[in-house]
Amino acid sequence: MPKDHDGIGASTKRREDVRFLTGRGKYTDDIQIAGQAYACFARSQVANGEIVSIDTTAAEAMDGVLAVFTGDDFTEVGGNPAGWLINSRDGEPMKEPKRPVLAHGKVRHVGDAYAAVIADTPQQARDAAEAIEANIKELPAVVDMAAALAGKNYVHDEIETNQCFDWGWIEDNRAATDAAIKAAPHVTTLELVNNRLVPNAMEPRASTGMYDAGTGEYKLYTTSQNPHLTRLLICAFVMGIPENKLTVIAPDVGGGFGSKIYHYGEEALVLAAAKKLNRAVRWTASRSEAFLTDAHGRDHVTKIELACEKDGTFIAFRTETMANVGAYLSNFSTATPTFLHGTLMAGNYTVPNVYVNVKAVFTNTAPVDAYRGAGRPEATYSLERVIDMAARELDIDPIELRRKNFIKPDQFPYAAAAGLEYDTGNYDALMDKMETLADTAGFAARREASEANGKLRGLGINSYIEACGIAPSNLVGILGARVGLYDAATVRVNATGSLSVMVGAHSHGQGHETAFPQVVADMLGIDAQSIDIVHGDTSKIPFGMGSYGSRSLAVCGSAVVRATEKVIAKAKKIAAHMLEASEGDISFEDGNFSVAGTDKSVSFGEVAFKAYVPHNFPLESVEPGLEETAFYDPANFTYPSGAYTCEVEVDPETGKVTVESFTAVDDFGNVINPMIVTGQVHGGLGQGIGQALLENTTYNEDGQLTSASYMDYTMPRADDFPFYQVDHSCVTPCTHNPLGVKGCGEAGAIGSPPTIVNAVIDALQSGGKNVTHIDMPLTPSRVWSAMNAQ
Amino acid sequence: MPHVSMTVNGKAISGDVEGRTLLVDFLRGDLRLTGTHVGCDTSQCGACVVHVDGKAVKSCTMFASEAEGADVATIEGQANADGSLNVIQQAFQDHHGLQCGFCTPGMVMSAAALLKDNPKPTETDVREYLEGNICRCTGYHNIVKAIMAASGQDVAGIAAE
Repeated sequence: MPKDHDGIGASTKRREDVRFLTGRGKYTDDIQIAGQAYACFARSQVANGEIVSIDTTAAEAMDGVLAVFTGDDFTEVGGNPAGWLINSRDGEPMKEPKRPVLAHGKVRHVGDAYAAVIADTPQQARDAAEAIEANIKELPAVVDMAAALAGKNYVHDEIETNQCFDWGWIEDNRAATDAAIKAAPHVTTLELVNNRLVPNAMEPRASTGMYDAGTGEYKLYTTSQNPHLTRLLICAFVMGIPENKLTVIAPDVGGGFGSKIYHYGEEALVLAAAKKLNRAVRWTASRSEAFLTDAHGRDHVTKIELACEKDGTFIAFRTETMANVGAYLSNFSTATPTFLHGTLMAGNYTVPNVYVNVKAVFTNTAPVDAYRGAGRPEATYSLERVIDMAARELDIDPIELRRKNFIKPDQFPYAAAAGLEYDTGNYDALMDKMETLADTAGFAARREASEANGKLRGLGINSYIEACGIAPSNLVGILGARVGLYDAATVRVNATGSLSVMVGAHSHGQGHETAFPQVVADMLGIDAQSIDIVHGDTSKIPFGMGSYGSRSLAVCGSAVVRATEKVIAKAKKIAAHMLEASEGDISFEDGNFSVAGTDKSVSFGEVAFKAYVPHNFPLESVEPGLEETAFYDPANFTYPSGAYTCEVEVDPETGKVTVESFTAVDDFGNVINPMIVTGQVHGGLGQGIGQALLENTTYNEDGQLTSASYMDYTMPRADDFPFYQVDHSCVTPCTHNPLGVKGCGEAGAIGSPPTIVNAVIDALQSGGKNVTHIDMPLTPSRVWSAMNAQ
Repeated sequence: MPHVSMTVNGKAISGDVEGRTLLVDFLRGDLRLTGTHVGCDTSQCGACVVHVDGKAVKSCTMFASEAEGADVATIEGQANADGSLNVIQQAFQDHHGLQCGFCTPGMVMSAAALLKDNPKPTETDVREYLEGNICRCTGYHNIVKAIMAASGQDVAGIAAE
C-alpha cells in the first residue's frame, strides 16, 4: 500500500488520541464498580524493623471500616517470585527470600506494607490506616552496598548474607581477560555510579479486585504492562487461583517504563479482600506511595577497565559491578543487571576479551528492577564513558577511536565477545549521518561563540547497541528465565469484513492501536480503519507476555504477521472454491483474490462473508469462519544501534549545564510509523537526559528516602530540553523476523546519558579543568564542586 | 456536609461534600468527570489542571467548597460543539503531542490558558509556561510543537515527522 493509505511506513495519526484528548480515556482509577470499597495500606516508616505487634482494634471500630488485613492473613499463600534464576560463579543458585503480600515478622524498607484497611470511602480507609497501632522495633538499616556485603547486619536473617549472587560472564573468559589486561600497553580505569531512578509513570499504580461468589471467578483491573504475566504470577505463585478463574484487565495505562511489568502485593490484597467482602475493592497509589514502593531503576556501582593498544585498538573490557536489588527480588530484578547488562559489554566493537562480574546486593530500600533500557543503559554508560576517557588519555579523537574499533558492515552476523550474535548493523553509517546532521565540523566555531559569552561548550559522542525484541525462549531458558518470551496474536475477520486483532502486547503510550493495524492493512490490502486492536484483557486474548524490552512490534507484531498469513492461506482456499479454480492458481493482491491468467476475482470482503455464510462451501476440506492465532518465538534478540551527539554549555560561575542541541541517529530496522518511532526516541531522550542532569534517588543512612516527592526528586520539565534532532533513515533490517524490525522504545534512554556526561567533561576540559569524571546527575552543585576541587 | 453549587462545562450542578473534599475528587468521584487526573500529591504534576472562572487551576489545590458559585471548565468540555477536536486538541493529535495520555488533559487545559493570554508564544514562552505540567512520555518536544502550531505558527522547520 502506498504511504497515503495508512500502511507500513505511513505517519498515521494515532486513533487512540481522540479519547485521551477529550477526557474519555479509561484508566484503572476511572473505572467505577458498583458498591466498590477502598483499600489503604499501612506502611513502614522505618527501613528495617521487627514487627513486635500490630493492634488493629481501634481501626476496625472506625466508621466505614469493613476489614483490616495484616501479614498474618497471608502466611498460607505463596510469595511473589523472581522470574529469572541466576547462578553464582561457583554454581550456587541465587538467594531467593520470600516476598510476602504483606510484611510478616519484619519490615524491610520504608514503605513496606504491613497492614491494609478496607472501608466504604477512601478517606475512611486512610483515617483507619493511620489508627493502626504497630509496635515496630527499629533496627539498623542496611543501605550502602559495600557495607551490606562486608557486614553481618542482614536484610533477610534467614539467608545470612546480603549477597543475592556473585555472577561471572563469561566465566570461562575470565582468565584470558585478566591476562590480556595485565599485558596491555594501555589500561583506562573508571569507577562510576549509575544513579538510582524512580520510573515515575504519570499514572500512579492502581488495582481493583472483584470476586463473583456464584462462579468463583476473580477479576482484576490493574495498571499493568503485561496482564497475562500478572495473572500467571498471581495464580501459579501467590494465591493459587486456577488461571481460568482469574481475568486480568489492564485498561488504559498511563505509562509504565518498566515499573508496571511486575506483580505487586497490592494486587493480591485487593483480590483477597474482594473475596472476603464480596465487594469490589480498589486501591490507588498516591505519588508518595509510588516513590516508596514502585520498583526503582539502575543503582549500579561499577569499576570498568578498558585495555588497548597505543593506537587505540581495543583488547579487553573488564567490569566489576555491585547492583542493588533492594529489599526483595522484584520479578525481573535478577535478569536486569546480568543478562540484560553483561551480554552487551562488548558494545559495537570487535574487542576480543570481555569479562563482567556482578554482585547483586540486598539493602533496606525499595526493590530495584528493569526501568526503560534495563541493564543496557548501565552497559552503555560504562562502556562509552571509559572509551571517552581512553580517547582523552591516548589523545585520539573520540569519534575516530570508536570507528577504529567498530564491527564493520561486512562482518555481520557477528559473534561478539560478550556472547551474543548481532545479526545486522552499520555503525559507521550511523556515525556518518550523525556527524552530518549535527554539523560536528562546525563545533569549533560554536564553542568560540559560547566562550565569547563566558560559557564553556562541550561536544559529547556516543554509540550504543542494545538487545531488544525480548526474547528467544530457548536461549533465555538456558540463561535462567522461568518463562518463555514469545508472544501471541489472534486475527479475527468478522463476517462483514471488519477485523479484530487480539494481541498479547500492551499499549500504554506506544500507539499499538494505530501501528498494528497498519501492518495488517498492508498485508490484506484493506483500510486500516476497519481493523481494531484488542489488548490488555486476558479473557479476550489468547496469551501474551506484554510490552517491555522494546519487544511489542518485533515479537508480538511478528505474531500478528504470522496469524494474518494464516488468514490469507485459509481465505485462498475459500476463494479457490468460489472462483472454481485450484488453490495454487489463486493470487492475492491489493485485497483481491484472482485466478492467474483470467479476469476472475473476489474481494477479501466477499471471502470473509462466505466464510461465515458457508452456503455452497467446501465443508469437507475447509471449516467455516475466518480466525487464526499464531504464537511467535523469536530466533534471536534484535540489535538496534545508534550514534548520538549533543552540545552542552556549562556556566563556569554556577556549574549549570544547558543542553544546546541533541542529535540521535538510530537504526531500528524497518519502521512502521515514523511519527510514533520519533516520539518514542524523544521520550527516551527526556528520561536519559533527566538521568544525566537532574534525577537522583537518595536514601540516607537510616534508609529514609529523602527524594520521595516531586519537591525533592527533580522530574524533567519542558524548559530543561531543546528540540531534539532525530533520524532513523540508516536501516539494516533485522534478518530473523518477518517485518525486519528491531524496536525503538528504549534507545533514547540508553544512548543519551553518556552523551551528556561526555559533553560536560569535554566542556570542562576545554576550560582548562582537569575533570575526568563526575557521577550523574550532573547538577550545578556537582559540576561546580568538580571544577573548583583543584 | 456542606452543599456546593457550581457550573461545570456550562451545566449547573450541585452536591453535598465533606469539607475536606478536593475539587479534583468532586469532579472525578461525584460528577464522574474522570478526564481530570491525579498524578501527584504535592501539586506539581499538573494532570489535574482545570479552569475556574477562566483561570488555570490545579484542582488538587482547592477544596470543592471553594469553587462555590464558580464557572469550572474541564477537559470533557473542550471539544467543539459538533464533537470534533478543538484547535489545541487537534494540534496535539497532528503533532503527536501525547503518548500514554495521562498528563494530556492537564496539558491541554494549561495550553488553552497560555494561548488565551499569549496568542503567539515563543518556544521559550511555552517551555516556561509548562513548568507546572509534567509529562514522562514525550520529552516535551511534540507538546511544545503542538502548542506553537495551535497558535497558528509555522512549526514545519522544527523537526522531521
